[in-house]
Amino acid sequence: MIISEQWLRTWVNPPLDTQQLAHQLTMAGLEVDAVEPVAGAFSGVIVAEIIEAEQHPDADKLQVCKVATGGDVVQIVCGAPNARVGLKAPLAQIGAVLLGDFKIKKAKLRGVESQGMLCAQAELGISDENAGLMELPADAPVGTDLQDYLGLDDTALEIGLTPNRADCLSVHGIARDLAVLNDMPLNEQPESIVTATIDDCFPVSIEAPNHCPRYLGRVIKGVDLSQPTPLWMTERLRRAGLRSIDPVVDVTNYVMLELGQPLHAFDLDTLVGGIVVRESVADETITLLDGSEQSLTPGSLLIADHKRPLALAGIMGGDMSGVSANTQNVFLESAFFTPTPIAGRARRYGLHTDASHRYERGVDWQLQRRAAERATQLLLDIVGGEPGPLVETVVEQHLPKPVSLVLRAERIERVLGLGLEASVVERILTGLGFKVDAEAENRWRCIAPSWRFDMAQEVDLIEELARVWGYNQLPASTVLAPLVLPEQSEDVRSLTSLRRQLVARGFYEAITFSFVAPKQQALFDPDIAPVALRNPISAELAVMRTSLIPGLLNVISHNLKRQMPRVRVFETGMRFLPGESTTQEPMMALAMTGTRDAENWTGDGTVVDFFDMKGEVEQLMLGVGAELEFRPATRAGLHDGQTAEILLDGCVVGVMGAIHPVAAKQLDLPKNTYVAELVQSAVISATLPAYDDISRFPETRRDIALLLAEDTPASTVLSTIRGNAGEWLKNLTVFDVYAGQGIPEGKKSLALGLTFRDPSRTLDDSEISSVMAQVIDSLEEKLGAELRS
Amino acid sequence: MDSLEAIQSEALSQITAAEDIQTLEHLRVEYLGKKGKLTALLKSLGSLSAEERPKMGALINEVKQSLQTLINERKEAMEQGALAAQLAAESVDVSLPGRRVDVGGLHPITRTIERIEGFFKGAGFNVAQGPEIEDDYHNFEALNIPAHHPARAMHDTFYIDDNHVLRTHTSGVQVRTMESIAPPLRVICPGRVYRCDSDLTHSPMFHQVEGLLIDESSSFADLKGLLEAFLQVFFERDDLAVRFRPSYFPFTEPSAEVDIQCVKCNGAGCRICSHTGWLEVLGCGMVNPQVFTMSGIDTERFTGFAFGLGVERLAMLRYGIGDLRLNFDNDLRFLRQFV
Repeated sequence: MIISEQWLRTWVNPPLDTQQLAHQLTMAGLEVDAVEPVAGAFSGVIVAEIIEAEQHPDADKLQVCKVATGGDVVQIVCGAPNARVGLKAPLAQIGAVLLGDFKIKKAKLRGVESQGMLCAQAELGISDENAGLMELPADAPVGTDLQDYLGLDDTALEIGLTPNRADCLSVHGIARDLAVLNDMPLNEQPESIVTATIDDCFPVSIEAPNHCPRYLGRVIKGVDLSQPTPLWMTERLRRAGLRSIDPVVDVTNYVMLELGQPLHAFDLDTLVGGIVVRESVADETITLLDGSEQSLTPGSLLIADHKRPLALAGIMGGDMSGVSANTQNVFLESAFFTPTPIAGRARRYGLHTDASHRYERGVDWQLQRRAAERATQLLLDIVGGEPGPLVETVVEQHLPKPVSLVLRAERIERVLGLGLEASVVERILTGLGFKVDAEAENRWRCIAPSWRFDMAQEVDLIEELARVWGYNQLPASTVLAPLVLPEQSEDVRSLTSLRRQLVARGFYEAITFSFVAPKQQALFDPDIAPVALRNPISAELAVMRTSLIPGLLNVISHNLKRQMPRVRVFETGMRFLPGESTTQEPMMALAMTGTRDAENWTGDGTVVDFFDMKGEVEQLMLGVGAELEFRPATRAGLHDGQTAEILLDGCVVGVMGAIHPVAAKQLDLPKNTYVAELVQSAVISATLPAYDDISRFPETRRDIALLLAEDTPASTVLSTIRGNAGEWLKNLTVFDVYAGQGIPEGKKSLALGLTFRDPSRTLDDSEISSVMAQVIDSLEEKLGAELRS
Repeated sequence: MDSLEAIQSEALSQITAAEDIQTLEHLRVEYLGKKGKLTALLKSLGSLSAEERPKMGALINEVKQSLQTLINERKEAMEQGALAAQLAAESVDVSLPGRRVDVGGLHPITRTIERIEGFFKGAGFNVAQGPEIEDDYHNFEALNIPAHHPARAMHDTFYIDDNHVLRTHTSGVQVRTMESIAPPLRVICPGRVYRCDSDLTHSPMFHQVEGLLIDESSSFADLKGLLEAFLQVFFERDDLAVRFRPSYFPFTEPSAEVDIQCVKCNGAGCRICSHTGWLEVLGCGMVNPQVFTMSGIDTERFTGFAFGLGVERLAMLRYGIGDLRLNFDNDLRFLRQFV
């Protein structure tokens, strides 16, 4: 809501400058977002009148005008199409300074002297209007300084109101708060009461009284719409951000700004039969004032006549029934619509109007008569006409009921941490329009005024007290509460420490959007129809991710394009798997590409491979305590020969592998790009350490090299050894894998180290040799392994 | 047989001239060994008179001793020289960079959440998590935001279906907490939240930490005290000015927005604070009794307060990050700055 400070000050004028006033409103919850001058900075501009206008001898589009200034008549060369004899317009005299420090000097235009410049609105920073001269009213006094004449020593206050403060969507409402804040009386404008001079009425019936319990209408006949809206009104409207349309619309807008009641004026002669306030039925359409044709959802609240819908009630009027230049007879509407039928409805039609904004937040349900009278008075003053009686149609039982609340002093103290004097409580609430009765000591019964739609409970009153008293005048204290004795589980490892571990291993943490492009998603999870957003921000961010991998690959791609060829990133966050109800599962994912080591003079520039990523996963899972297993697998988007499922105690908890070359090409990634993704609950799981005695006796190591079929998995070899080496085997490592020269085609060599130890004695050579023989026999027998000499 | 003097002078010159340890060893054997020249001289003492014998013996031993000392000294000097030469040969350019694992870094958002969590955990708050696709009830209804409430327009909600949204705040977790834990309670809920809005200052996804305290004595004064302390700790500024402005949230009453003095210009007015000297950093208020009622909490016995912090906002102010979108580009040149 934007209003003129001058206008506000006619209602209440506290001894504060503009900045103080804005600060006071902000600190009372009516946040002033901007304080703007109502015109540009200029000087030396007066009201002038064109008394002669002749064609410029050498220029088709210029006129040479003689202009009255209240002193000397001056000659002005002017190119504005509306320059004409009798027009009053702003004149920037010699020496005037306009916007952008533009100084007016004597000048010759096509050989003819011009002693100043007649101005358009845009040149004075009053509006963007630049098509012609600013036209001033015929009664504007020639020679008067324009600043004084228009009262431009004013600011427009832009107030960002919260949805609960519909009562402040008017000058009256803001003034009411301001008066209480300054403990000053409100300069209430006298209420107009217009006496009917004709008997004409137009019938009104309310068929939806729950949505429209009150409807006032008045016929005004014989209006003259050729009359201009007075300058004072167009200026106040302009300063509130509203353009002048015609005097009738201007008046309805003006009263809405002044009092907060949206009004509508129909061209009476377009209406058929009578007004019906009803809900729309199937297949109805309406063309609105903005020219848009709307198919009405059944159940929309309408103002209709006996033939067709006229207006979307409380939102926008129709194209056919509105006031136009030819209108002679007007039907003025001042209605109370409850918030429910308006709220959400306007948005559904893609509309947001000054009226719907007010109705959906709540308009004072006792304001309609006052607003209608005020508007009638203003209309009669401007466009004349004969008013009929103001006819009220009301369904009492559907009107809101006054809200009655009990306020307890001890509750004020409990909520705010500060007790307030009874006199303060009474002054504040009374000033805000509440009817306050002391029921008992420290206990009041408060009836909320009809303009407050945000009063439902005691604490709402307490908020009003706090707001007016000033939040910053309330005390601050330290919370007193019992110590919370924390739990310290060792079943889980904290994500915090796991993140730090990855950081120490060279990974950067990324945070990517939870929604991704469907196409990218399909690359990795083609069989899942992802959870889609109804209203995505863009096609690239349209579905909820089923995996963190696409997001991390985007991060790699982003950095590769910026000359950072070595990237290691991880992310923790949810994946969203569709189903009867969406599974939202916290995951952890890693991605890497580029060289194994950061570029360094000692490095050899080796590029990462599968085992770099596998090593990271193994490191991450140290401490999990359960058996970790990697099984060959295939996954969309991943390399068929370099992909593994990750199992924990036999359950799949993740996947890792190289990007499939085709996917890599599509995503513009190098083929040595590796990813891993694990269920977070598996990663954070932990086992309580159980101490095992350290043996005092020496250990013995035996190394063997085996010749095996190329496709024998190392895991099979290791499990065969473990199964046959007995309990002395304490450690088993693979220290070499070799194929190529010296090894038969289709074979590979695997070198293994076995470490034996007994907790209670030194093992002798023959014992170990017999175990080794047993191991080798089983390898030969089960895997066809040959011992290399 | 040579005279003692002759042997001595010959040995001296040879020992002095020796250039390596091996030569010295040869000379030691030649003169001092079992078959050495001085040993031979000693063995010939028997031919001398009983009177001369001890004298001569003493002389020979003296020479022997002095030669031995000389050899030792020469040997030690040579060993030291060899060691020095070895060390010189093994010297490295200490100015070359070390061989290190290039560490990564935490995202500044995580770093900020950890700081926030650290403060509130210290004050006895538990950390709770919840779903990001939230049902209408927990995201809106239970927070006193019924359908068509104008406050819904403030939220720019992403919809999944008629009944599910991407959570617009983490307050739903607070509702779930109230449903499952009886007060008194203290909880904070950090996490991702979503609003259908994207421009220079809005991201469709961002992070919040919301907090909730319910007990039998909490008041607006406690809320003020706690949040003032938090902001001063977070920015490590004991004198940081904090102000509370009335505002509106359907789930709190009274509600407040909290501004801090601009941390860039200290209140003088700058681009960051739009020349107001103040920065809005969080929203808060006393829990609306209607919210308690919906969660089955006795409104006469319990009061409580709630607050919501925008993590990006705090991180950007703390670290001087000028553009919100940097947080989600994940550019290494950005991430590296928070190691």
